[in-house]
Amino acid sequence: MAEYKPIRKVVSGNYAAAYAVKHARVEVVAAYPITPQTSIIEKIAEFIANGEVENLEYVPVESEHSAMAACIGASAAGARVFTATSAQGLALMHEMLHWASGARLPVVMVDVNRAMAPPWSVWDDQTDSLAQRDTGWMQFYAENNQEVYDGVLMAFKIAETVNLPAMVIESAFILSHTYDVVEMIPQELVDEFLPPRKPLYDLTNFERPFSIGALGTPADYYEFRYKIQRAMEKAKEVIHEVGKEFGERFGRDYSQMIELYRTEDADFVFMGMGSLMGTVKQAVDVLRDEGYKVGAAKVRWFRPFPKEELYELAKNVEGIAVLDRNYSFGMEGILFTEAKGALYNTNAKPIMKNYIVGLGGRDFTVSDVRKIAENMRAIIEKGELDVEVDWYHLKR
Amino acid sequence: MNTLFGERKEGATKIVLKSVDEYPEAPVTLGTTLTNFTGDWRTFIPVIDDSKCVKCYICWKFCPEPAIFIREDGYVGVDYDYCKGCGICANECPTNAITMEKEEK
Repeated sequence: MAEYKPIRKVVSGNYAAAYAVKHARVEVVAAYPITPQTSIIEKIAEFIANGEVENLEYVPVESEHSAMAACIGASAAGARVFTATSAQGLALMHEMLHWASGARLPVVMVDVNRAMAPPWSVWDDQTDSLAQRDTGWMQFYAENNQEVYDGVLMAFKIAETVNLPAMVIESAFILSHTYDVVEMIPQELVDEFLPPRKPLYDLTNFERPFSIGALGTPADYYEFRYKIQRAMEKAKEVIHEVGKEFGERFGRDYSQMIELYRTEDADFVFMGMGSLMGTVKQAVDVLRDEGYKVGAAKVRWFRPFPKEELYELAKNVEGIAVLDRNYSFGMEGILFTEAKGALYNTNAKPIMKNYIVGLGGRDFTVSDVRKIAENMRAIIEKGELDVEVDWYHLKR
Repeated sequence: MNTLFGERKEGATKIVLKSVDEYPEAPVTLGTTLTNFTGDWRTFIPVIDDSKCVKCYICWKFCPEPAIFIREDGYVGVDYDYCKGCGICANECPTNAITMEKEEK
């Protein structure tokens, strides 16, 4: 193994994604431009125009639905495939997302989290990706540009091992258009980490033709659904192994599906996903100095959901403040529902409160985390909730 | 049976998978076209009157399944294993050589 010397580049989250696509030696990209995803595919097109990549076919399409359809066809033929989208574009893909996961095709996509319209919004909000929860796609939420780059590389390896598609999710503008130092991995080391894809079935084998997506009667459909669930369960092990291997090779360990930050002796923790958690970690440092025993639990993988890791965390804390930059109307924040549900049949019963924050790109700062910490401390001392779901920013 | 698509493969048996582990990982070919006879779904059956047939093959062109075939004598036949009884052939036939009759099972 060659010695690892990272290449440091100052790039936006979108460019980090594009570089990861280049380094992963992706063979087909099909995408349609949508703000704030556009600069990902622009950068990929630039790589092709400059001759910086070999054997990469860019398929310009007329909609996101077609983009995913093209990806599915290319992936079925055995290629390593990538696309990127945001919000309304992801919603337009929804129908095709099921075709990718149902046919067990390891397509990898970057979704740049953006609020759903109306009102028309291009800013950060997780509802677009979380609305795709039940499509059979794995979901990785990146906190920063480095995690976008690492996430895409790992997503290919994990997806191609369990034969399920994966989404790497980054925040609109907060990551997508903000420049930061990203440590990139030299090509030959990426090649060692990520060998060429071995498809489950090779559609280009003309000796044994077969069909994909043909009729499945009630006698057969059920078993295929179970197989997807089994692959999701296996994905938890694969995520652990690949994340560990990534840490050993490149120094950044992703073996845990929930990243714990200063939770060892914490009375209560903040739980959330994505770029939000960068702010929270910074706030935890400030709060620790002020005498709060708090920590942060960043959910990296939302699908498959890290039930077991959540249980281990919940056993040892008195409260969990779930920060949701998303909402399921008629219920509550989506991560909150999932986390509560995962713990229902366990002995862990921390007080859990849902804070709805940052919808549509509303600013969420360290001082907001402090206010939430004060509120959580009061709740824990009293032993009961004031409200279960708190629309934190609401102008009252 | 001789069809436009060549000899039907004799001896094809329906694949019956008994446990989840026998299933392929992805839903690829389950042998449906060879063994899953979609003609089972039919209520009405097309009956062809050769004396009215003018061999225009419009029925053959319009059949959404490959259920109509051209016999060696030039007239048309129906592959009842796959005909779903949709009636398009009867509707399109210019000489009314095809009638749809309720199938007795």
